[in-house]
Amino acid sequence: MSKFSDIIGGTLGATIANRFLLGIYTLFIVSILIFSAIAFLPGDYAKAALGHSATPETVAALQKELGLDRPAPERYLRWIGHAAQGDFGSSFSAGGTQRRLVIDIILPRLKNTLLLAGVTALLAVPLALVLGVLTALARNSFLDRLLNAATLTAISFPEFFVAYVLMLLLAVKFPLFSSMASMSADMPIVEKLARIALPVLTLTLVILAHMMRMTRAAIISLLNSSYVECARLKGLPEWRIVVGHVLPNAWAPIANVVAFNLAYLVVGVVVVEVVFVYPGIGQTMVDAIRLRDVPVIQACTLIFAVTFVVLNLLADLIAIATNPRLVHPK
Amino acid sequence: MTAPAAVSETKKSTWIWKASRLLASAPASALFGLVIIALYLLAVIFGPLVAPYGEAEVVSKIPFSPWSREFLLGTDQLGRDTFSRLLFGARNTLGISLVTVCLSFGVGGVLGMFAAIRGGWADKLLLSLTDALMAIPPLIFALIVLSIAGSSIPSLIVAIAAVDITRIFRLTRSLSVNVLATDFVEVARLRGEGLSWIMSREVLPNVLPLLVAEFGLRFCFVFLSISALAFLGLGIQPPTADWGSMVRDSAVLISYADFTPLIPAAAIGLLTVAVNLVVDWILHVTSGLREAD
Repeated sequence: MSKFSDIIGGTLGATIANRFLLGIYTLFIVSILIFSAIAFLPGDYAKAALGHSATPETVAALQKELGLDRPAPERYLRWIGHAAQGDFGSSFSAGGTQRRLVIDIILPRLKNTLLLAGVTALLAVPLALVLGVLTALARNSFLDRLLNAATLTAISFPEFFVAYVLMLLLAVKFPLFSSMASMSADMPIVEKLARIALPVLTLTLVILAHMMRMTRAAIISLLNSSYVECARLKGLPEWRIVVGHVLPNAWAPIANVVAFNLAYLVVGVVVVEVVFVYPGIGQTMVDAIRLRDVPVIQACTLIFAVTFVVLNLLADLIAIATNPRLVHPK
Repeated sequence: MTAPAAVSETKKSTWIWKASRLLASAPASALFGLVIIALYLLAVIFGPLVAPYGEAEVVSKIPFSPWSREFLLGTDQLGRDTFSRLLFGARNTLGISLVTVCLSFGVGGVLGMFAAIRGGWADKLLLSLTDALMAIPPLIFALIVLSIAGSSIPSLIVAIAAVDITRIFRLTRSLSVNVLATDFVEVARLRGEGLSWIMSREVLPNVLPLLVAEFGLRFCFVFLSISALAFLGLGIQPPTADWGSMVRDSAVLISYADFTPLIPAAAIGLLTVAVNLVVDWILHVTSGLREAD
């Protein structure tokens, strides 16, 4: 092989390794922050865990059982080691005698949230790309202005406003969908999908706006390039220029904004799940914060943070893969 | 003796003239935004005087009483007047948002300029710290802080300001780095000026216009976050009136096809739209930076 490609391969590997290290470093900081939530909690962890059945003896016993008498770094390592294997300890909320495992509380709800986020992504991402290309093609037309105004509104209004407007229109005035998205595990998938129609619609509207605007902006910013000029001079129709020549060069910023918005879904679900009383992980986290159920809070935040970091990492990798210029750091 | 006064007089009048000319050239959207913002400010200042009832005053025995001449927008779940709470809520929600944004701009802006001017390990440390903090979803970060510190107004302000500081630090730092490359900063350094002089006299005036525009956008973000947290029941605690929690408390009315709960939510959105429109215009005037968007 030539020396040139060796150098390229070397920097590419280094760049990717760099991003990975940054991701791991971030997760490390986040996990320390989450871990120290225990240390800052007013009162005693063991006392809080035992609730009403806390006597000095039981507290001491639980502290020993949980290893709370050990130094903090050792406890951190043990906690993160267990968390990596899916063991987040047991919840505070069920009282002293019969403690529920955090993982048993979280896992079914995580599946629900992933269903919600997954369906939303399948709907919103292709729609955003198509609308972005369309508005870029029809710049400053009526359609473009209309969609622009609509997206500004969707970005500016809080998620719960969008959610309640949809609920008022599509569940109360015109009862097409159910307003409450309560679910049980043994429901058939079709019924599940019908139940989550409104939350999915809300989330789609919220993330669609940003992705569409960015797709449009990414395409328009490339329309001044000389290769577009050349394609125009060749006599290609505008849509072929955009789809065939501009879009492949716009993948990096588009991938970035798509990943960013999928990560945003992670946050968006919290509010939307509460509105529609959807048994997902966002709702679980809000309840846990109100009850100060620290192990559940920790597990939820860790899951949120990991998703966020991984999606951002993925966006970076896609950006690198589609744009060789990013291989050389600035 | 009269000369300086005359100069300042002309300066003042040209300033007013410039401002009025700028306003006259403003697009309709920006004027609309300015009018809305002015209306909100009026509500913040005079709201409590205009409000027919008190903030936490229970005025009706029937919860959720309908719209009437007595209770303009009906009452909430405890029989408090919704219209009065809407007016009081303006002061609470906007006031807390404003304090939060000012706090984060103060800390984030000074840190950003400091990191840019000082450079070296202090810069690297702050950069890597904000890198990590920015990788946490903002709302989740605020939730962690609130779960540790409990839901009170000070902890709410700190939680959201902490998220915001990282973004403002980043922006101020990158803007300042550009200013620091200019000759006049070099001259000031050679003159032996200290860090605070360079920060306040050389860098700040040059980064201010963009920071003002950013202030508007960050305000929207903070305002929406505070409303979202209040909606989740983790923000401003009752009986203090707040738009987010007002939506939450009266949300059951939606099932009866009553859109009263949407009014505070719409009030939140309208202000955000207005600020966005004005910011777009400011950015357009100062730099044309957002032309491509």
